[in-house]
Amino acid sequence: MTFARKLALGASGLLVAVAIAGSPVRAADAEVKIDNFTFNPQQITVKAGDTVTWVNHDDIPHTVVSQTQAFRSKALDTDDKFSFTFATPGNYPYFCALHPHMTGTIVVEASAGK
Amino acid sequence: MTDHDDRVSRRKALECMTWVGTGVLWTISGGVPHSLGLIDQAIAKEASGLTFLQISDSHMGFDKPANPNAKGTLEEAIGRIKALPEKPAFMIHTGDITHLSKESEFDDAEKIISDARLDVHYVPGEHDVIDPEIKLYKERYGRGTKGPGYYSFDANGVHFIGLVNVANLKGGGMGSLGDEQLEWMEDDLKDRSASTPIVVFAHIPLWTVYPEWGWGTEDSGRALAYMKRFGSVTVLNGHIHQVMQKVEGNVTFHTARSTAFPQPAPGTAPSAGPMKVPEDKLRTLLGTASVTFKPGEQRLAIIDTPLQS
Repeated sequence: MTFARKLALGASGLLVAVAIAGSPVRAADAEVKIDNFTFNPQQITVKAGDTVTWVNHDDIPHTVVSQTQAFRSKALDTDDKFSFTFATPGNYPYFCALHPHMTGTIVVEASAGK
Repeated sequence: MTDHDDRVSRRKALECMTWVGTGVLWTISGGVPHSLGLIDQAIAKEASGLTFLQISDSHMGFDKPANPNAKGTLEEAIGRIKALPEKPAFMIHTGDITHLSKESEFDDAEKIISDARLDVHYVPGEHDVIDPEIKLYKERYGRGTKGPGYYSFDANGVHFIGLVNVANLKGGGMGSLGDEQLEWMEDDLKDRSASTPIVVFAHIPLWTVYPEWGWGTEDSGRALAYMKRFGSVTVLNGHIHQVMQKVEGNVTFHTARSTAFPQPAPGTAPSAGPMKVPEDKLRTLLGTASVTFKPGEQRLAIIDTPLQS
């Protein structure tokens, strides 16, 4: 076994270790992709206490702005993210303040034990 | 060229639109556009009177594949303006000066555009008003303007109105002028003679180009009603990064190219995002416009010039 091969094996072992250590980290509860000037999915339902993360995949900046002033992102350039944690059940319609024909809704349901 | 009576039908005028990209001159007489010919003839003819330039959608800070060097193409556009044989009276900029309303982007735009050594009358695009109070735009360009930045001025007997249709937009809607601005506009026009040529400029088109992409201004009908009694109305916009023209009665609507990146024709792509084209085609889709008014004739000529023909 060459030195390089040993090194490669060692490195893959390390990667496995990192992956295991990383697994308890919780991903965002829900993600909304911004693609081709649309929020996708346009409507999602989450539980109170959940965090929604928006990711902009367009080559044009967008914003995520609540119609009821509940939240407002800065301009999200390509691959920028914005997260908001919804504490209170209800309907949260939102839009892009730069391209207001882009709209979406987050439906927040009561969560047992929260 | 003596073509004053060489009237073209509206249908013919619309057919001619497809030539605009290669430099067709339009003159406007009583709302009916006349296509006069190609750009070189146009420049030879229109050597006197008021000529001003329109630049639009500079998007300083844009660096995506559709044009990684938006600064460079703005510099090219300004270089061409500086090289014009007849110095224009001033420039108008129909918005999206910057891509993300950043101070450094406004600085870059200022540095490059000021090299033309012309007065520039600005209106903001949605990319210039990302900070909620529109502080950065208004600090630089807001002096003497009202609300989010609207104003009017006169030059050579032509009344110019710069409108803002990108502020306080509502979810689900398109561009919007708002009551306050519309009332100001009505008042601004009230005492003017119907023979005064009117030039209105704003970022988003004041006619509905394509609602599916938000390409229109929802309350522009009221603005157009105030201008109905005027014999010559020219509406200059940007936002859609392509040349488009429409004539409706006394009003000619015209959109200018961007200097940064092209956008697709309405409905020809999944979205209005920046359109990637082969490198050698890019400059044929970027450019500026020049507009000429001749005193006494109430004629405005619009010439679109690409960075490369």
